[in-house]
Amino acid sequence: MKKHLVSFTVNNDQYDLLVEPRKTLLAVLRDSIGLTGTKEGCSTGDCGACTVTVDGKSVTSCLMLAASANGKAIKTIEGLSSGSSLHPLQHAFIDKGGYQCGFCTPGFIMASKAFLEENPNATEAEVRHALGGNICRCTGYTKIIEAVMSAAELMRSARQAR
Amino acid sequence: MRDFALFEPTTIEEASSLLAENGGKATILAGGTDLLVGWKEGIATPKSVVSLAQISGLDSIAYDENTGLSIGGMTKMRAIEQSSTIRNRYTALAEGASEVGSIQIRNLATLGGNICNASPAADTVAALLVFGAQLEIASTYGERTIPIRDFFVGPGESSLQHGEIVTRLVCPPRPDNSGSHYIKQKIREVMDLAFIGVAASVELAHGVVADVKIGLAAVAPTPIRATDAENILKGNSLSESILEQAASAAAEQSSPISDLRCSAEYREDMVRVLTKRTIQASAARI
Repeated sequence: MKKHLVSFTVNNDQYDLLVEPRKTLLAVLRDSIGLTGTKEGCSTGDCGACTVTVDGKSVTSCLMLAASANGKAIKTIEGLSSGSSLHPLQHAFIDKGGYQCGFCTPGFIMASKAFLEENPNATEAEVRHALGGNICRCTGYTKIIEAVMSAAELMRSARQAR
Repeated sequence: MRDFALFEPTTIEEASSLLAENGGKATILAGGTDLLVGWKEGIATPKSVVSLAQISGLDSIAYDENTGLSIGGMTKMRAIEQSSTIRNRYTALAEGASEVGSIQIRNLATLGGNICNASPAADTVAALLVFGAQLEIASTYGERTIPIRDFFVGPGESSLQHGEIVTRLVCPPRPDNSGSHYIKQKIREVMDLAFIGVAASVELAHGVVADVKIGLAAVAPTPIRATDAENILKGNSLSESILEQAASAAAEQSSPISDLRCSAEYREDMVRVLTKRTIQASAARI
């Protein structure tokens, strides 16, 4: 099938790629660009492990064609830290032990990032609801929620300090 | 997974002719949250896919006091859920949109897709039925407008012809003294399909029901209006006995099936319970 020229940025780096129409954004991120932090779980949009942000909005990258990402700004887990300085969400997940096997973690962090940027003062109930599209197979939700709530606080104080 | 040719037209005319040229072999790609799942599971095997994403103007939300609410077919569920106009004036629609999948899904899924899949359980459709939405449909042969009530034929089947595209939805303006609500019966908080969905819109004048519309999802081969219940309520105050009568009439008008989610008997009884609850909640919003 005719390949499509797709241009987008991933973590602020420009990519111009020829992609087959059937390639999902997830497949291109992992296999063509080599950013394997984004995970493939169910591949039907139910588990959230493949969550990235596209123009700041969280999406399941397994249900988006790479061709549909033309012209967009994509952010993956690899783009969160600046240099050696971790994002508050990364810090909080480490501090609170918000992971066990770690497979769902990039998806949880990217979904949380997009949600907290829109809702910096979200309550715990709101956070739980907003993360309903992310599944942790190790059943570690308590620690994950603690981590997100703690990150929200860190993000609020970072915002105030600015 | 089978490969397919992807087209990304920039106008409706172009999209419509691509669909026509490719006979029955082309599929419309809107948000992709159903199409890509079907394709991965081998249920959908499109040879050609026509994406509507590059056509400008299909994802806007506009409100005018005289003409009402206009929503582009490619508008994302998340945008509908977050629109203050829709939340304030067409509350049941915002609630329906917020019930679809997860935030990640709602950032992809579109209103046009939710309607055109013609699922009897579609979360936005019960609300669109009570708001009297009109669908604007375009094709190479021209444009037509039909009420959403006449759009659905059966489970997964609509009156959309090959080459036709739902470009916009228009809902008439809302009277001031009215309120609406949508209740979805489900097991999981998110990422679940409706066991039963009930939307209502109630308009009160001097304590009596001036107008009422009730939409039911997942309890008949297509989403339906509970017209018998509406007729019982009109002109009456919302007393306990009138509410009970209307709720029973709504249950009577439903024709649910038993499936892996629940039994037909449960669905029918829950239509009664939820109809009453939805009407009370709608009236409480006035």
